[in-house]
Amino acid sequence: MKNNMIKQFIALVILLASPLVMAQQNFDDIEIQALKVRDNIYMLVGSGGNITVQIGAEGVLVIDTQYAELSDKILAKIRELSDKPLRYIINTHHHGDHVGGNENIKNAGFTLSGGNVGAALSTAGQGATILAHENVLLNLASDENVSTELWPTLTYFSDKKDIFFNGEGVRIIHQPNAHTNGDSIIFFRKSDVITTGDAYITSFYPFIDMSSGGTLQGFIDASNAIIDLIIPEYGQDGGTLVIPGHGRLSDIGDVINWREMLTIVRDRIKDMKDRGMSLEEVLAAKPTRDYDPRWAGQGIFSTENFVTAAYMTLED
Amino acid sequence: MGRIYCRISLLLIFSMASFSAAAEKNFSGVWVGNYSEDFPDRLPGPELGDYAGLPINDADRLRAQSWSASLIALPEYQCRVHPSDYASSFANIRIWEEREPISEELIAIRVQHFAWQTRRTIWMDGREHPPEYAQHTSMGFSTGEWVGHQLKVKTTHLKEGWLRRNGVTRSDQATVTEYFIRHDDLLTWTVIIDDPVYLDEPFIRNRDYIYSIDNQIGNYPCDPVIEMVREPGYIPHHLPGTNTDMLIYSERHDIPLEGAMGGANTMYPEYMERLQELPRPSELAGGQE
Repeated sequence: MKNNMIKQFIALVILLASPLVMAQQNFDDIEIQALKVRDNIYMLVGSGGNITVQIGAEGVLVIDTQYAELSDKILAKIRELSDKPLRYIINTHHHGDHVGGNENIKNAGFTLSGGNVGAALSTAGQGATILAHENVLLNLASDENVSTELWPTLTYFSDKKDIFFNGEGVRIIHQPNAHTNGDSIIFFRKSDVITTGDAYITSFYPFIDMSSGGTLQGFIDASNAIIDLIIPEYGQDGGTLVIPGHGRLSDIGDVINWREMLTIVRDRIKDMKDRGMSLEEVLAAKPTRDYDPRWAGQGIFSTENFVTAAYMTLED
Repeated sequence: MGRIYCRISLLLIFSMASFSAAAEKNFSGVWVGNYSEDFPDRLPGPELGDYAGLPINDADRLRAQSWSASLIALPEYQCRVHPSDYASSFANIRIWEEREPISEELIAIRVQHFAWQTRRTIWMDGREHPPEYAQHTSMGFSTGEWVGHQLKVKTTHLKEGWLRRNGVTRSDQATVTEYFIRHDDLLTWTVIIDDPVYLDEPFIRNRDYIYSIDNQIGNYPCDPVIEMVREPGYIPHHLPGTNTDMLIYSERHDIPLEGAMGGANTMYPEYMERLQELPRPSELAGGQE
């Protein structure tokens, strides 16, 4: 009974996390909105994960690309912000609502080339560089239905990767086993902005993608890592700004509330698990009932999915 | 005849010099809280386990019961400011206006609260509230309009806050309607909180302030420090059913626990009859006073 429930749950998670399933919706009425975060940083909101755009003299850097069907609208919005070349795409993880537009956005830009590649070339001819953790590539490559054109063209496998672009250091930091096994958060050191991908969202409970290595503890570790990077203004309001994977622009107050919810739910479920309660008993005890009115969503964001994944990924 | 002209001219000059724009009232100045009103809930702060008179739902009650006062010892919680809808539960305020320098049209009314020197802006120029994906703050985004001589304020984009500073949460989905009403040197500030997440009915709070010509708002430094060494990521809280602190208010005042735990029905006078039917803590403890 328990094994069947777990197998069904994992099968559902794999199905729902697929880029192809996530793309099945109508985009005709979707408008791309741009929210200015700092002088050279914007948050684009449409359908799918939030997009971060950094602009400057060297070009445009984009974090995540939503869906392919929205690429024309996204590119049009980016062109309202800057006419400089699109140079970098960074993917926070491999889900379709964050990488679906990779091919189109990549092809609208270019990667600078020179030196050993060829002195006569100014571009490597591969479009913009798509940068992500190695596990993003491995997760995309494991799905034969995903086009290779969506794959990252530059990966890192260590705990972080740094680039310097548009006059500021950009640190890309791996968050192992949070939303997935390939999560990156991106810290713009001069602009004082962090983009989190789905390791932090403001809309619903976290989607713990167990089929890709996600865990509740990984989410908590990621939220602590984000908080460590934040320096708030006086009064804990403002300061470092945080662009979540979904939902609204945030600062430390929102992130510590999120971490508080995750940590308290973890402690409750762990306590129940330590007392020998089965998953069915834990679900029946409703350990998240005080948070459900705020955080429960549908499908992969439902209370049942969250509690089940939390229970299954907590160590005994 | 000449005297009549002179008087009419002076009258015109005076009326032009201090015009009365529609129904606008001038709230500018320092206002001192009337602390005899709801005193225990204000400067001393509420007791642990006192949720009485709050229209909270079961979910918010569990959040409050899970809350540990040790939480505010964590550095990232120490300097969290009182949200704008809670400010009237604490100390003195200063109000001033921002006007367009040529036309003198009212652009905004600013309110500074003593605690943490928070400053909020009430926009009076008709601007729209931002989209939902914009940042939420402790002060929220406020717009105002005149309703008769009352200033009516609508606030959205609030971060999660508190209804009482003993763990009773107000969610980030709440919207707040306020009325500022001036009667000469008295100010009544009414706060109406609608929270679809944690309230069964709107929560209404009234506070009175007295105009002061002798007071100023002091500064309020706050630097978070590590007060005790704890495991990284440690969050103090009570597991469900383990919080004995929540009994303090009920036992200290010998009030039936159900009443202390709040709920919409505890706001109304009829609830006094219900209270009479419930056992008091002293009775449950064997009749000991």
